[in-house]
Amino acid sequence: MTPLLSVRDVRKTYGNRIGCTNVNFDLYPGEVMGIVGESGSGKSTLLNCLAGHQALDQGEVHFDTRVDGMRDTIKMSEPERRMLLRTDWAFVHQNARDGLRMSVSAGGNVGERLMAVGDRHYGNIRDKAIDWLDRVEIAEDRVDDRPSDFSGGMQQRLQIARNLVTGPRLVFMDEPTGGLDVSVQARLLDLLRGLVREMELSAIIVTHDLAVVRLLADRLMVMKSGHVVESGLTDQVLDDPQHPYTQLLVSSVLQA
Amino acid sequence: MIKIENVSKNFTLHNQGSAQIPVIEGASLDVAAGECVALIGNSGAGKSTLMRMIYGNYLTASGRIMVGDVDVAQAEPREILALRRDTLGYVSQFLRVVPRVSTLDVVAEPLLSIGCDREIALARARDLLSRLNIPETLWTLSPTTFSGGEQQRVNIARGFAHTYPAMLLDEPTASLDATNRNTVLSLIEEAKARGAAIIGIFHDIEARERVADREVDVSVFTPRKAA
Amino acid sequence: MSDYNFAYLDEQTKRMIRRAILKGVAIPGYQVPFASREMPMPYGWGTGGVQVTAACLTPDDTLKVIDQGADDTTNAVSIRKFFENTADVAVTGQTSEASIIQTRHRIPEHPLTEDQILVYQVPIPEPLRFLEPRETETRKMHALEEYGLMHVKLYEDIARHGHIATAYAYPVKVEDRYVMDPSPIPKFDNPKLESPAIQLFGAGREQRIYAVPPFTKVVSLDFEDHPFEPARAEHECDLCGADHTYLDEVIIDDNGGRMFVCSDTDYCETRQSAGHRGKFSPKENAA
Repeated sequence: MTPLLSVRDVRKTYGNRIGCTNVNFDLYPGEVMGIVGESGSGKSTLLNCLAGHQALDQGEVHFDTRVDGMRDTIKMSEPERRMLLRTDWAFVHQNARDGLRMSVSAGGNVGERLMAVGDRHYGNIRDKAIDWLDRVEIAEDRVDDRPSDFSGGMQQRLQIARNLVTGPRLVFMDEPTGGLDVSVQARLLDLLRGLVREMELSAIIVTHDLAVVRLLADRLMVMKSGHVVESGLTDQVLDDPQHPYTQLLVSSVLQA
Repeated sequence: MIKIENVSKNFTLHNQGSAQIPVIEGASLDVAAGECVALIGNSGAGKSTLMRMIYGNYLTASGRIMVGDVDVAQAEPREILALRRDTLGYVSQFLRVVPRVSTLDVVAEPLLSIGCDREIALARARDLLSRLNIPETLWTLSPTTFSGGEQQRVNIARGFAHTYPAMLLDEPTASLDATNRNTVLSLIEEAKARGAAIIGIFHDIEARERVADREVDVSVFTPRKAA
Repeated sequence: MSDYNFAYLDEQTKRMIRRAILKGVAIPGYQVPFASREMPMPYGWGTGGVQVTAACLTPDDTLKVIDQGADDTTNAVSIRKFFENTADVAVTGQTSEASIIQTRHRIPEHPLTEDQILVYQVPIPEPLRFLEPRETETRKMHALEEYGLMHVKLYEDIARHGHIATAYAYPVKVEDRYVMDPSPIPKFDNPKLESPAIQLFGAGREQRIYAVPPFTKVVSLDFEDHPFEPARAEHECDLCGADHTYLDEVIIDDNGGRMFVCSDTDYCETRQSAGHRGKFSPKENAA
């Protein structure tokens, strides 16, 4: 089986400071990988580098494209990479405001990616938008409301609908449940799990919440000071952590 | 079906003065298809640890753990995930689910994840839940709000939804009343009859005697204290 | 007169603007940055159009200036006077006689010819601006032809109003490449953007010049199931009786009385002098 994403020797520095370094992994179709670590550990830097939002200093990020097979997305031309970001890739921001157009209706937000890939039939676009709002549990009668009228949880679900409407194969998520109430988080997690299974999505989820990765991620990568200190099966890393930092991280979680 | 060869395990507690705790040494065990082996030994002897190692939940320091043709001790995460999905079931003592998912879906999930038709999966889930006496009124609710005993039974139903060729059972009859205990033991017998290789921990001696073909005392794998 | 260089701007500036115009003509619909000068009138009064006109004018030209179709409004009058003073060119109100027409928010009704230049005053040249505030991003979107966002705006219109309610500054795609804001002309005028005349667009505050060369393909954006429709008020001109022109609605008393008249004053007057009459036409011939 070919990996969907193959990451080799990725390194990003900010002057003398290491953002992340020596990152290697393969992500297979349908796999969900969590990246955990404390604030400043380099997990968001890594995610942004992988998704092409930030230039990296060295390394390769190969993606199994539909047309040409494995391609190094770092070496791709910008139009190709941006096309990928609109079609096969999706990026869910921690802050829904970064991932939504706040002055555009919910339907327009979901429809944007469809229009970006050339859909020019209003009725179809609207039907698909409503279908996706339903899938993320937003009532049809909210389709013309702006996200600024939505609760935080709804905004986040809208962002997910907006990203998944074009049927991407790889989703990058940066703290998708951060800043949400616990009950809202649970709903979102459940939703994400369902969508990941149903659409056979691969996903990379950055979070500092170990409960989130336990529920969502098949595999885990633990980062500290820009380095990957441990990786493996999620429950194995959490239940039998090997690295001192992971042991500290796991034992620091407050029991509810 | 399950073949364990010369397996060892130790824990290193880096944040507690790097204490090295050897827990298992030289463990070997074979379980054939259709056979049920009960792990015995004192509390702390390493029964659960060994079981978690077989499931890939704990890392193995050395040795081989073959389940079918996969060496769990060496396998990549995705190989272990595939193994867990298709081949190796595990009924733990605790139910761990996403809040808000209905009981029926929790039980059907293992079948859905191998691509089973939704209706067939739900029918199987209904059948198991009724056999385990979970009232139908609860099926659409999330099991997170259930009593301990109910959660335990939902967990068992989930564990037996898919007909795994190999199964690990950690105290499956604990905290069950006589009727439900009997149902669980029947489920185990049915699994054996269809050829599943089973490793179990049963503190309930009667249960053990009814389903286990033989016993293995894991305390023989407990490392001798370094002098 | 001799106090000013011809057409107010110095020759170097005019050359700079002409280079920008030529580039714009060479890349239809592309917004060319230029070093916009301070003009002796406030931004929003047509400083972009005035600079383009100044760069195009020759002493032999005949200039027409319209504001919302009218030759006699403040903006049109002051710009016309400006060039009379600084360039001493002939001026006219008649579309057919002008060689250069500077316009604010209309395309004349009388068909233009290959010998004419139409100069538009543009307030905001970037059609994507209202949805994407970052200039760096909109330039990239133009470069990569990522125009999905433009349809989001039209989608919002339909979602909110049941039809594409954008009535002016209706976005177009030029020669199958660049999406362009045709300046705030009514969408009624959009079909006239495919023209034998050279069309130049100047945005003074935003420092952009763009162009539609003669006979260039200009398509108004739309949806398959909501096609573009050039709209006009469902009335006839109350002065000349025309049923095919863009009309202004004029309130005529305090009782809600109103009339519709051609927004293109020259066209309306030409029709009236040819004997066309509307509902409110004076009974006797006006002197």
